[in-house]
Amino acid sequence: MTQAPLFRQITDFANRANPYPLYEELRKNPVLHEEEGGPYVFSSYYDIKALLHDPRVSSDAANLAAAGTDELARVEETGGLPPSFLRLDPPEHDRLRRIANSAFGPPHRPRRVENMRGSMTAIVEQLIDAFGDARQIDLVDQFAYPFPVTVICRLLGVPREDEPRFRAWVDPLVASLDPDTRQGADTEFSKAAQEARMQLGMYLAGLVEERAKEPRDDLLSDLVNSHGPEGAMTMMEVLSTAVLLLIAGHETTVNLITNGMLTLLRHPDILQRLRQDPELSVTIVEELLRYEPPVQIVPQRTCITDIEVRGVTIPKGSRLWLVLAAGNRDPERFKDPERFDPDRGDIQHLGFGSGIHSCFGAPLARLETQIALRELARRLENPRLVADPPPYRQNAVLRGPRHLEIAFDGLH
Amino acid sequence: MAADYLDRLRREGRIVIVGASLAGLRAAETLRAEGFAGELTLIGDEPYEPYDRPPLSKSVLLGMASPLHTELPHRWEIDAKWRLGIPATGLDLAAKRVKLADGDEVPYDRLLIATGVRARPWPKEDEAGLSGVCLLRTREDAADLYQRLKAGPRRVFVIGAGFAGSEVASACRGMGIPVTVAERAGAPLVGALGGVVGAVAADLQTENGVDLRTHVTVTSLEGDPVGRVRAVHLSDESVVEADVVVVSLGSQRNTEWLTGSGLGAGPRGIACDAGCRAFDFRGIVTDDVFVAGDVARSPHALFGYQFLSLEHWGNAVAQAETAAHNMICHGADRRPHLWMPAFWSSMFGVNIKSVGVPPMGEQLMITQGSLAERRFVGVYGYKGRVIAAVSFDNTRWLEFYARQIEQGEPFPVEFPTMDRRPEGRQPVPADFPDPSLPTHGPTVTLTGYSPADQQLVFHPARH
Ligand SMILES: Cc1cc2nc3c(=O)[nH]c(=O)nc-3n(C[C@H](O)[C@H](O)[C@H](O)COP(=O)(O)OP(=O)(O)OC[C@H]3O[C@@H](n4cnc5c(N)ncnc54)[C@H](O)[C@@H]3O)c2cc1C
Repeated sequence: MTQAPLFRQITDFANRANPYPLYEELRKNPVLHEEEGGPYVFSSYYDIKALLHDPRVSSDAANLAAAGTDELARVEETGGLPPSFLRLDPPEHDRLRRIANSAFGPPHRPRRVENMRGSMTAIVEQLIDAFGDARQIDLVDQFAYPFPVTVICRLLGVPREDEPRFRAWVDPLVASLDPDTRQGADTEFSKAAQEARMQLGMYLAGLVEERAKEPRDDLLSDLVNSHGPEGAMTMMEVLSTAVLLLIAGHETTVNLITNGMLTLLRHPDILQRLRQDPELSVTIVEELLRYEPPVQIVPQRTCITDIEVRGVTIPKGSRLWLVLAAGNRDPERFKDPERFDPDRGDIQHLGFGSGIHSCFGAPLARLETQIALRELARRLENPRLVADPPPYRQNAVLRGPRHLEIAFDGLH
Repeated sequence: MAADYLDRLRREGRIVIVGASLAGLRAAETLRAEGFAGELTLIGDEPYEPYDRPPLSKSVLLGMASPLHTELPHRWEIDAKWRLGIPATGLDLAAKRVKLADGDEVPYDRLLIATGVRARPWPKEDEAGLSGVCLLRTREDAADLYQRLKAGPRRVFVIGAGFAGSEVASACRGMGIPVTVAERAGAPLVGALGGVVGAVAADLQTENGVDLRTHVTVTSLEGDPVGRVRAVHLSDESVVEADVVVVSLGSQRNTEWLTGSGLGAGPRGIACDAGCRAFDFRGIVTDDVFVAGDVARSPHALFGYQFLSLEHWGNAVAQAETAAHNMICHGADRRPHLWMPAFWSSMFGVNIKSVGVPPMGEQLMITQGSLAERRFVGVYGYKGRVIAAVSFDNTRWLEFYARQIEQGEPFPVEFPTMDRRPEGRQPVPADFPDPSLPTHGPTVTLTGYSPADQQLVFHPARH
């Protein structure tokens, strides 16, 4: 039997639990193009970093659609909400992201995230207390999912009780982020995602309308009432931004926390150190973003002109896959890259991307994960993995365990 | 033999660093990180441990950070002898000793000079001594100026619209204080970024309510009977009443203490080779005296081997690391200081950043965004190649342009980029007032990524 091309093996679920040997293969051929019409796959740290800062590389869904290869791009193009700033180029990207940022971070809201530290810790404590007398939990369902969802709901101003409703819309949307490498596009699949995005938008529209009339101290209020020098977002822009934040707030941190606990349980010495020194959570999370980043691949880029990488000409309109998780373990950049080592002096990574699209929610994700891991380390008595590797989610882009069963002797 | 010496130096040698600020600290950390186990002495004339200066003209003036809390974080345990609050007053190259103001002498096996620069004072001493006439270089300067701004002056007058002066003006406007800025050239930032970009900076200032006076010089400062500054007289005969005057006329190198030492040190700094080794006044390279930071002047291959003095934070860090590395390793393992010049500033809510050496640029192309929106990337060209780039609120693209400079990519920039507007299709003169261009073009490019594997590639000149 002939082996499937490497890039198809990445999306193959069989490799989900440990894609890293595959990434090592990839790096042997850092500019990989295996199939006519298929993506150009990049796996070297420096190449990825350079491409993320290259003004000839576009994130615009329309440019990808013109290249004729991206299912998701077509979905976004054909109706419903306008694309979020994640899928736009400057200047539109810059305008929307700036307005969103004025509601989220400095200089206008410098302490919005930091101010949530106390309530985040309280949520974490409640979730852990709720383990009660159990001696085994599923970390995903009982902790890593509910925690960031509660936080993002609170931040945006979305009622937490509505979570089951929007979860039904978020799931197909997240699934659609997985690059579909099967032959022949699955239109049912993308239609479902489009439908879900619309539904979610309509649900949020109700809330946004309320906030327009009666602002509160939440992000939705700030987004809809933004009247800075940039002007305001249109209602549709507010909705697609809110959908983006809600989804990003949903899936990435869940995986970061779960991957984090999994990694710590595989490195008991470091877990032990964290128990004694909660401050260590800061560097642990940074190293985690390098070692097991929740976003493994950025598959939605194309170039608007021919560009050259390592002497290879990438023709205009080609689809680019930037395999962040492979770059993060590139020996050209990191000493001993396959080792999880929070003590490495310079932990720079591609875990949040880089350039103008670098993760908008990074400060939030960092703080959430620091608090989560610190408290889990502190409170779980003698925690251990029940199954290694745990069962994984389907998604190759947003990679993480579907469940993580942890046994322990009690709570501190 | 040489190897023996080096081993001993690393194990039990004496290294002295004069100038205990950014470059000094980073060098000390690098020495330890790279295994220097001998005796390390840091000499600094300021009474504090190393602190950070960029916040002094930004968040400190806005009251967002205390001037006393900008200490530089230590990245490495350095286990050094600190001689703080004591200036070095002389250097005996032959005897390898640094003389201190308190009469002490400190012997060294290797010396690093990182004495930086100081603010150029107002030239007329009696006027400079008036209360309310301020400089901005040190922690005390910043604390003093902040107190004066907080007291709510009727008007602040800034002499000189370079980066520092413009940042002060921005802080004043942020606090709602009326401010006048006087500049000899036609616009702010002209010396650093040229007239085209300077015009954008001028709009930025006037739109933010700065009373900007260009093409004028200050002729005198007038005091009141009790010795407080009261008014500023200008070359166009106008008089502006102000109770705080910030003198922002650039800097002077701290090299006087080396007079007579035989080192190639003077008003333009201390010349050194690409490996940070100081030259003596005969142009012969020393092997035990190294230089780093604002006070250094070193040749840069990418920029025609010009001796560049870069008063940039990032340069001080990178050069200190290179100097420290070279101080304790074999000749063949030494690294050149090939730092890509990069400078940032923020004023009136705009982030400004440059890479390369803009003043070498003859022409400018706006490759992304637009001047009118004050969000753009501009690329400077010199003899058919990309030599520098500047961004207003577009910082994240500059890494790409830095690579363009390193690889000697052609100018004008022909390829399409996102957000390229019609105005960016043609190069325009960059409009520097006094271009001091070198006489020959660069014939090398930089390859590789990290300082450890960066290499120069020589290309014979194309004729
Ligand atoms: C207000 C302000 C804002 C700035 N903003 C920016 C910015 O936004 N971006 C940027 O890139 N750069 C900025 N800079 C420049 C940056 O701070 C400098 O490039 C950096 O401080 C250089 O470090 P250094 O160690 O070489 O010199 P310095 O920091 O000047 O340190 C030299 C030290 O040596 C001491 N010294 C001098 N003579 C002697 C002697 N004889 N004996 C003992 N000690 C001596 C000095 O007192 C000083 O402590 C700014 C500087 C200032 C003042």
